[in-house]
Order: sequence, then structure tokens, then C-alpha cells
Amino acid sequence: MSYLEYNVKTVPSGIRKILYVNWPLAILLAAVASVGFLMLNSVSGGRPEIWAEPQMERFAFGMAAMLVIGFIPIWFWRSISALAYLGSLALLLAVEFFGSIGMGAQRWIELGPLRLQPSELMKIALVMLLAAYYDWLDIKRVSRPLWVLLPAALILVPTALVLKQPDLGTAILLMAGGGIVMFLAGVSLWYFGTVIALVVALVFGVFESRGTDWQLIEDYQFRRIDTFLDPSTDPLGAGYNITQAHIALGSGGWAGKGYMQGTQSRLNFLPEKHTDFIFTTLAEEFGFVGAMSLLVLYLLILGFCIASAAANRDRFSSLLIYGLSGTFFLFFMVNMGMVTGLMPVVGVPLPLVSYGGTAMIILLCAFGLIQSAHIHRPR
Amino acid sequence: MRRSPKDQVESERRIGRRAMLLGTVQAAAIATLAIRLRYLQVDQAAEFKLLADENSIKIRLLPPARGLILERGGHVIAGNEQNYRITITREDAGDTDMVLDRIARLVAFEPGKIDDVRAEIARRSPTLPITVADRLDWQEFSRVAVNAPALPGVTTEVGLSRFYPHGPDFAHVLGYVGPVSDYDLSKLSDPDPLLQIPRFQIGKLGVESKFEDTLRGKAGTKRIEVNSTGRVMRELGRVEGEPGADVQLTIDYRLQNYVQARLGEESAAAVVLDLEKGDVLAINSAPSFDPNLFVRGISGPEYRALTDHDHRPLADKTVQGAYPPGSTFKLVTAMAALEAGVISSDETVYCPGYTQLGDRKFHCWKRAGHGYMDMVESLQQSCDVYYYEVAQRTGIDKISEMARKFGIGVKFDLPMSAISEGLAPDRNWKQSTYDKPWLIGDTLNTGIGQGYVLASPLQLAVMSARIATGRAIVPRLVQAVGGKEVPSEPAPSLGLSDAFLNTVRRGMFEVSNTQRGTAYGSRIVDETMWMAGKTGTSQVRNITAAERARGVVSNDDLPWERRDHALFVSFAPYEAPRIAVSIVVEHGGGGSAAAAPIARDIVLQALYGGLPPLSAYPQSQRNRIEAQRNELKLLPPDDNSAGGQSRA
Repeated sequence: MSYLEYNVKTVPSGIRKILYVNWPLAILLAAVASVGFLMLNSVSGGRPEIWAEPQMERFAFGMAAMLVIGFIPIWFWRSISALAYLGSLALLLAVEFFGSIGMGAQRWIELGPLRLQPSELMKIALVMLLAAYYDWLDIKRVSRPLWVLLPAALILVPTALVLKQPDLGTAILLMAGGGIVMFLAGVSLWYFGTVIALVVALVFGVFESRGTDWQLIEDYQFRRIDTFLDPSTDPLGAGYNITQAHIALGSGGWAGKGYMQGTQSRLNFLPEKHTDFIFTTLAEEFGFVGAMSLLVLYLLILGFCIASAAANRDRFSSLLIYGLSGTFFLFFMVNMGMVTGLMPVVGVPLPLVSYGGTAMIILLCAFGLIQSAHIHRPR
Repeated sequence: MRRSPKDQVESERRIGRRAMLLGTVQAAAIATLAIRLRYLQVDQAAEFKLLADENSIKIRLLPPARGLILERGGHVIAGNEQNYRITITREDAGDTDMVLDRIARLVAFEPGKIDDVRAEIARRSPTLPITVADRLDWQEFSRVAVNAPALPGVTTEVGLSRFYPHGPDFAHVLGYVGPVSDYDLSKLSDPDPLLQIPRFQIGKLGVESKFEDTLRGKAGTKRIEVNSTGRVMRELGRVEGEPGADVQLTIDYRLQNYVQARLGEESAAAVVLDLEKGDVLAINSAPSFDPNLFVRGISGPEYRALTDHDHRPLADKTVQGAYPPGSTFKLVTAMAALEAGVISSDETVYCPGYTQLGDRKFHCWKRAGHGYMDMVESLQQSCDVYYYEVAQRTGIDKISEMARKFGIGVKFDLPMSAISEGLAPDRNWKQSTYDKPWLIGDTLNTGIGQGYVLASPLQLAVMSARIATGRAIVPRLVQAVGGKEVPSEPAPSLGLSDAFLNTVRRGMFEVSNTQRGTAYGSRIVDETMWMAGKTGTSQVRNITAAERARGVVSNDDLPWERRDHALFVSFAPYEAPRIAVSIVVEHGGGGSAAAAPIARDIVLQALYGGLPPLSAYPQSQRNRIEAQRNELKLLPPDDNSAGGQSRA
């Protein structure tokens, strides 16, 4: 179904669109962001001007952007998805050649006052393009090798660029985000099975190669893996972050130490306490109850997105919502998995909570697309 | 592109199915995360709480105030003074060079010191306070405190450090404290955690060292919260320690001060004992040094000046020094002979000026000879030949037995460092030490206090105390610990005949109170203070036959280090003895000229409890004594505040 076939009369128009916004979703986003403001205030030692206030400004701007994007008809967004993808790719290439170096990796591009991370844009653009691709593609061709190869290439090109920065976390998120759209579009499970089998074989091969002549990765990379598997082997080096994060989480206990009472973050034992590791402060100060509450909020956001996607009969909209919410899910799962020691440390911020330049705004823009799909769904 | 309704339905179904699968995977992932959180935050909570506390809560020791050392009357001779110091923390200071320059304008620095501080700041963690200057006077300290706003990162602190108000007077008795060294720690199997505090001061010598455990006290603790860089955030609680216990010595600080001044720059030692309980009233070694220098950290040149000094100011000659007692030992020989019954007190021995033993001549100090001498006269005039004869009759074993009875060759366990045992030689000793038999000539030499026999000034004082009382007086230095009197029992009798003791005492009386006595020049005219004594001159070189033929060179013509040691032992008052005094003046020449006058001054000072009236001295000497007295640098008469009673 193309936008030409929408029964335009059934789609809300003008200012009335405000009534059709997915308000529960917007409120949940605000709730999670508020948790972020609270925690940023705590880790700054009660000085909101350091992190909490700039974050609030950014959130307000992001929410406005979400509504504006949401009011623009979804067929417009579909029509520019290829453009968005190419634009993001161009920016990624630009970063490759002109980007500034931050935290040991080339990720940023300066656009006037804006510090843009093209990989963030790419996460959205990739999902958009793949959703548009599968909307266009005849459903019978979905699993044909040639028609699988094309989206695979669309995923792998930006992934390779991001991996080169190097930013393993975002690369994994790109792969997984694109994979989710392909999966939902109904690409044969055999392809996924094959890819998973290949990855497992590669991992196995990497471990087997250790200490042999054909060792596949460098020694320091092995040590990083060791540190992930057992942080206590390197308590003052790379394992320090993980160990201290565990101490913060664990010492929070059932109900936590109380707001602004977390010794681990207040006394600077925690690394990156306002960005990637902010969840540990929450878990330390509000305990298991607080950590689970945030998890439930995320779950509700995911739930509202899935409900919206399931109810949307437009193939593009449905795939877009699933894909974007799946990427969002990956975001918070990887971050929480990282700080709880379920996954290796791969710098991924906690969405809507971590202090972060443009990441929050771009994420809210993605929710703007979800709102647009929701508002302009076929009725 | 247009899609058929069939395709549309198929598409929706497919997406729905896949979404279910995806949702299941997502739910499983979230469940895993929830289980993981539960495991960390609920099951393992206790363990991680402990780790978090270990991270942030540190226990710091609070050094206790060191116990005071008091003298006999309760006057402080080792106290604690407030030490004003300033520290700088690089992290807070920002531009440390600028801050240091500003401090340098407020506080006088020794040249080079500021560079040391800079180097230390660069070396240490930026969050650690580094001492910029300590022992500031109040003015400098307050100048820094007032200017604090212009000195970021600078903290003013007050600590306690040891102070010896009477400096050199007590240097050898008290010793001094200094920062604990690795060597000190290596000697202890279970060191007090206090000793781990950097620059914590412990006793290094003397009473400070021997009473270290008593004086140190117990550490208090404070619990503090620190951040990941070790900076103190706040104090959570504290347990006060116990200050060290005070130690009260038997020494009289005024007498000690007088004796030190009287010995002056001589290389000398003096010991004054109270005869009632054996209390050490004064025990001085000269020249002395200022122990406060060691507490502050003595500089290289200052230390070299002390070690290179030929009068050895760092050595404690009173207990560490062992000297041939010379003629003072004749008291031992006389007593041994009387007790052995080999001579009676009125039997005379003829002194021709020498004794012939085989082909060897043993000379009397008086070449012309003394003629007939009885025991009292032999002591009075210190006739050597009399003692050559008597010693031969008595035999070395009985002489050295008597020596030990009088304390020579016996180690007295005072809380002072490196106490010498002296030596009362006998046949067995020589056989086992030199693998040579004892010769009769050795007995003759020992009889007049030369040869192998060695005694410390302390032992000489004990000897005269025991002769004066007939009791086995043991010297004691500590009167009370922690406010509790140290019990003392009256000294038991030595079991010597009173008649014999009286003969020897009479001899000592005549030494300093009769015209022919060797110390008549040092007599006391106040008869309630009469001093009984014995001079001694111990050779530090052998006089060869050739030298003797040329005529023995007078001490005054010899270089200082080859001159004889001058000795004097005494007790007073003669009628009812209260104190015993021994003096050794290294290379001082003759005992009668160099040692006896000092002993007399000390005796009078001790008996009067202050400067004696000039009328105690013979008429002819009063002008000289008065002039000499004015030269002495003594404590002001009523100065009772000099002790720095502060304990803070």
C-alpha cells in the first residue's frame, strides 16, 4: 500500500493531530528522562547546572523535535529514507576523513555548535531504508538470495565504516538493528541460522587460535576478553571499571542507599558515572527496586511501540516501529548488560538517561518517526 | 507499488509471527537481566556492601601525646611542644609555584629548602598534603593563617613534637627521639601500627628509648571517608587514644644544670648519688649537645661537628666510659687487705720510692719515697709502694672480689644506653681472655688501679657510696612511672667490718682535710659539710724506663690526648654521709688539681641545694671561687616555668 492509497480523509489533519499522538509513549519517555535528570543531579553532587540542566534543555528540544517529526506524514519520511541513508553514509565518510577524535576514536563531526555523531543518524536511517525496501519488495522475493544480498550490503557498508572508527558498540547495534528489520520482514530463518553459525565458528576460531601461529586477534584484545570473563584478574586496570560497577550495584542492595548517598559514585570510584555507567548509580542509590523500576519503564516503552506496530497495517510503518524500538531495546539491554557484567564493556550509553550530546535528541527524533507512523496509520 | 489484498494479509501475518518471535527473545533477554540484577543486588548485596565500605572508609591513626619525663621535683625535662606547620595540597593549590612564592614572602626558608618542597610536591600524589614548613614560630604561623585566602591549597596545622627545655643538661640521660627508621622496624616482630605513621617519633637513645613503650601511649583512631583519589571527604567518628605515661627521674634538674655548667667544655663525667636510696641526683657527661637538634632533624654539618669533636660530645662518658680507676682503686685494695687480715690498720710499710720485683722496679709517684706509712697515711698521701706491698699480700682474687663488692665490674641496669660493665680482673679472666697466666706484676698494677682494671664514673660513685654506708647501694634513676612510685628497698649491708670501713673512711677524710692530703686544696671549711675523698690519676700511656730516666714529663707539656685522666671519688658530709660523687676528667692531668675542686663544688651545691655561701670555702680561695662562679651559665634562680609544661 503506497501513500497514494491512504484514505486521506481518515488521517487526522492539522492541529487535530495532537489528539492522535501516542501520549502514553511520550509520557513514558518523559518519565525515563526524568530518572536521568535525577541521577545526573546526584552524580554531580547536587549541582544541576553541571549535567542535569543542559540535559533538560536537550530533552525539551528533543520532545519538540519529536512532535514536529510526528506531525509530518509518514509517507514523506518513507520517501526520503534513501536520501537519509545516503546522507548519513556521506557524513560517516566525512567523519572518516575530517572527524575529530574523542576518547580514542573518530566519531564526531562538528557542524557549527552541533557535535554530530553520524553513526547515531545512521542507526535510524538504516532502519528507515530497510523498512522502505521491504515495503517496496514483493513479499515472495524476500528470501531470494539476490534480494537478501542487497539489504545485507546496506547494513554492512555503514557497519564497516563504524567499526573502523573504531566503535564496536555502535557497529553491533547497527548490525542488530538492521537484522531485526530483515528478520521481521520475513527473511528465511536459514540466513539467520547461517550467520549465527558463522559468528559462533569465528568466535570459536579466535579462541582456538590463541597462542598459535595463526592467532586471529592481538594479545591485548585477548586480555580484554579475559577481563570481561573475570574482572578480578585485572582489578586496577581495565577490570577496575567493571569491579567498581559491580560493587556499586551490589552494595545498593534491595532498596538502595538513598538518593545522593551512593558512596561509589559520590567518591568517584565509578568511571564514566554520568554517561555509560549512570545505571550503576541508580542501582546503588535506589537498589534493586529502583533498577527494576527503570527496567519496567523501558519495557513499557517497548510494549507501547510493539502495540502500535502490531496495530499498524502499513508495512513500512510497522517495520519502522519494530526496527526502531528494537534498536532502542538493544541500546538499553547492551548498556545494562555491560554494567551488570553480562556483556563486555562496549561504550553504549543508557538511552534517555545518560548525559550525552546529540544522542538524546536523535533518539527522540526516532520516536518522532514512531509517532508519525502512529498518527498517520491507515484506519 | 500496488499490493494485492492477499499479499497484504500474508505480509501482516508474517510480520506478526516474526514480531512474536522477536518479542519472545526480547522478553528472555530482559528476564536474564532481571535475574542478574537480583543476583547482584539481593543475593550478593552483603558482600558488595562490604567492598563498598572498604573502598571508601579508611581508618587513620591518631598519634597519642608522648609521656613527659620529669625530674625529681616534678619539673618537666622532656615535654611536648606545639609544632606549627603548613602543608600544601597540589590539587587545591592550582599554581603551586605562585603559592610557594607567596609563602616564601611570609616565612623564612633556609636556602634550598623550597626546591626540596617543590621536588616533593612533584613526586607525590596531587591530593596528598605536603609539609612546606614546620616548627614555625607563632608570628610566621599567624601570618600564613591570615593570608589563607590568597594561598589556595595551603593548610595550617598544629601537631605535637618533643622538646627538651634543658637541652644539653639531659642529653645523655634522656637521649632523644627521632623518626622511626626501617632499621627500628626490622628489630620488632610485631610493630605497633603507630610506627607505620610516616615520621612518627620514637626514642632512639637513653631513657626515651628504654621507656619507649611506657612513654608512647596508645594510638587513637578516626574513621574517615575518602574518595577514589584518597582525598578525605569527612570524618565519620573517632576513638581517642591514651597518652603515654609520664616517667619521673631521680635527677635534680638544678644540680644537673650546675654540674653540666661546672664541667663546662672539659671532656669529663660526673655522677652524684643520694646515699639513702641510691637515687642518681646528677649524671653528666661533658661536653654535651642539644638533643633538640636531633628531634628537628640534624643537618649534616652540625652532625659532623659533633662526631669530629675530639672531646666526643655524643658519647655518654658516665656509663659508657670505662677508665683505669688509678689511685681511687686503692680504697678497694685497702679494704680487701683489711678484710683478708693481711695487714692491720696501724701496721706500717716503708716506702723508698719504689718496689723491686725480680728485675723490675715498680715506682711510687713520689720518687723520694714516703717513708713509713700506715693505712690512713697511705690513703692520705696516695703512696703506691704501700699498695704494691698490700696487694701482693692480699692476692688478686680477693682484690677483684672486693672490687665487685664495691660495684666495679658490675653492670648497673639504669635505663641508659650502652652501659659499660667495667672490669675487675682476676686470674681466670686473664687466662680465658689472653690465654696467659696472671703475673705478680699484674697484681701490683691492679693494686694501684692501673693495668687491666676498668671502672665507669657511675661505678666509682657506687664504690664511694658503698664505702660511705657499708651497704650495697644500687643506683636508681627512675622514681615514678605513670605517677606510681617505683618501690625501693633499703640496701642490704655489704657485711664488711665497721672498724675496717672506718679506717678507709678516715683515710679519705684526711685526703681532703689534712695538710698532707692529696686534695687538701679542695677542702671544705664548713665542718657539717666535710668531704671525704680519694684522688686518682690514671695513666693513658706507659712510662718507659728511658723516659723515667730523663725525668717524667709534666702533664702540662704533653699534648691533650696523651695527658693522664684525673679522677676523684668522694662522699659527704663525713660525719653523716648523704651523697657520693665521682668525677673523671679525661686527660685532665692530676686528680687533685683537675677533679677534686669540681667534686667539692658539686658536693657543696648538692648539700646546700643551691649555690653555697663562700664561707664554705677556705679563706684564701674565696676570691677565685667567686670569679669562677660568675663565669658559669646557670639557670635563673626562680625559673620554674622553663619546663614548658604544655601537654596540649
